[in-house]
Amino acid sequence: MVERNCREVKVREVRFLGTWDEPSDFVELTVENPGWESYKPGQFAMLRAKHWGLELPWGRPFSISRVDAESVTFFIQVVGRGTTRLARLRPEDVVIIWGPLGNGFSAPTKTPTLLLAGGMGIAPFRGYIENHPSPEFLHLLFAHRPSLDHYPFLAMSEKVRAEAIQERSSDDLPDIIARIEASMDEHADGLVLACGPTPFLRTVQAHALKKSIRAEISLEKTMACGVGACLGCVCKDGQGKHVQVCARGPVFAAADVQI
Amino acid sequence: MIDLRVEFAGLVLKNPIITASGTFGFGLEFSSFGDLKRLGGIVVKGLSLKPREGNPMPRIAETPCGMLNAIGIQNPGVEAFLRDKLPLLPWRETAIIANMYACTVPEFGELADVLAGEEGVAALEVNVSCPNVSQGGSAFGQDPAQIAKVTDEVKKRAKGKPVIVKLSPNVTDIASCAQAAEDGGADAVSLINTLLGMAVDIRTRKPTLANVVGGLSGPAIKPVALRCVHQVCRKVSIPVIGIGGIVSAEDALEFILLGASAVQVGTANFLRPDQSFRIIDDLPRAMIKARSDSLDELRGSLKLP
Repeated sequence: MVERNCREVKVREVRFLGTWDEPSDFVELTVENPGWESYKPGQFAMLRAKHWGLELPWGRPFSISRVDAESVTFFIQVVGRGTTRLARLRPEDVVIIWGPLGNGFSAPTKTPTLLLAGGMGIAPFRGYIENHPSPEFLHLLFAHRPSLDHYPFLAMSEKVRAEAIQERSSDDLPDIIARIEASMDEHADGLVLACGPTPFLRTVQAHALKKSIRAEISLEKTMACGVGACLGCVCKDGQGKHVQVCARGPVFAAADVQI
Repeated sequence: MIDLRVEFAGLVLKNPIITASGTFGFGLEFSSFGDLKRLGGIVVKGLSLKPREGNPMPRIAETPCGMLNAIGIQNPGVEAFLRDKLPLLPWRETAIIANMYACTVPEFGELADVLAGEEGVAALEVNVSCPNVSQGGSAFGQDPAQIAKVTDEVKKRAKGKPVIVKLSPNVTDIASCAQAAEDGGADAVSLINTLLGMAVDIRTRKPTLANVVGGLSGPAIKPVALRCVHQVCRKVSIPVIGIGGIVSAEDALEFILLGASAVQVGTANFLRPDQSFRIIDDLPRAMIKARSDSLDELRGSLKLP
């Protein structure tokens, strides 16, 4: 297991990527590496700005987008009270970070692997691609609504085979679903990894189960502790038992979770 | 060096900081963030005789300076706790307090029997105050006669282990509930459990929690907790454990000034997972601020007008 810790670190950069009417801004937040020696892409961390005081008692969970020796980067969309404040951070501000938390994606070598990202779900795949032992076996399919420049897509498409499909209106959905399913079929003997909004994950899960395709999906939930203690982020596992998304996930085998 | 040791109700703790039930899992979840042996005590997640799945989602909501929860005592059951968790806990060094939840008086007795037989369990905390379950919980905690009855049953089967009764603030007179616990034979009372609350989402026009209502905790409730602990300390002669919105060593001392023997830290464990350890580190400094080097001297030294 990857060693985890809780540290106070400084913000290095808050890069504004773009804004969109609903909900709001897209930013990349880079903080000092809190001493993580390794992590498994798909894992997440909890972030809480030191100056928040007591008004917001919880940290916020974010998928770890990329890690290098000096820094850790998160890709964040402003959706509420916490993300609004995180997007306003400035270099040298102090954040409390605990992680890496949860279980990441499998990364088998020399296995054709389809990365299915929906919107913000692209976040963990940046580090996944950078860390993968055989990136030539990876294929990224990215479904998005705001234009591509809101996302760290370009940096990723330089490294692996990558396609993006934009949903301009809900009329585009049947085509997008067909593309996702066709790509999954192409990887029926490999591995499919998915991260994105719940309806997107349901599509992936249903198709994976129907065609017996090996797939892993990453869930998102509101969390208070991030470490498996508060039981506020549970979902049902394959047997219908409540399990913590933070500790037993956020990445689950498609057959092992009800969404 | 300031001595932080506290002794009460037959317990000897290395410091007065205990983690509160439901906010610290079974302790093991936090072992990467601090040495569990440094804690005065750990009250584990509420245990029932049989495993419980708890309430449907969503179960938690952040509120200004606090949070609501309606977990519904999801737990693996007492046997799984004793088999899988307790042996991994540093129970020789830190008091492991078992929080017990049951729906009937005989069930409480049975649970006490199972837990009290374990060397690693230092004390029993009787949950007669959970607001998130339809049976048991605060249904017991709102009736002093029931509190006395449950306490008596648990005490009879506790094999001499200290019995702590955790009280609900969702009552007209918490001091009479504490009195009932004392009359029933409790060795200590702990208070307060969460305040019954609610949150609403105007976009969906639904309650934020699937359970509709939930328990409010965090710094928002500290003034209510202080008032309750004050009233109870003036009423009963058994030791009191203060709970409610404690996030700092200063907060802990406020409860001790009222007369609390120790405190429990709950929601603060979500501020950051090492917060309870930081409060312990900070206690000596906060005591100096209160111009004292002794918890015994500070305890109950509140100056009333």
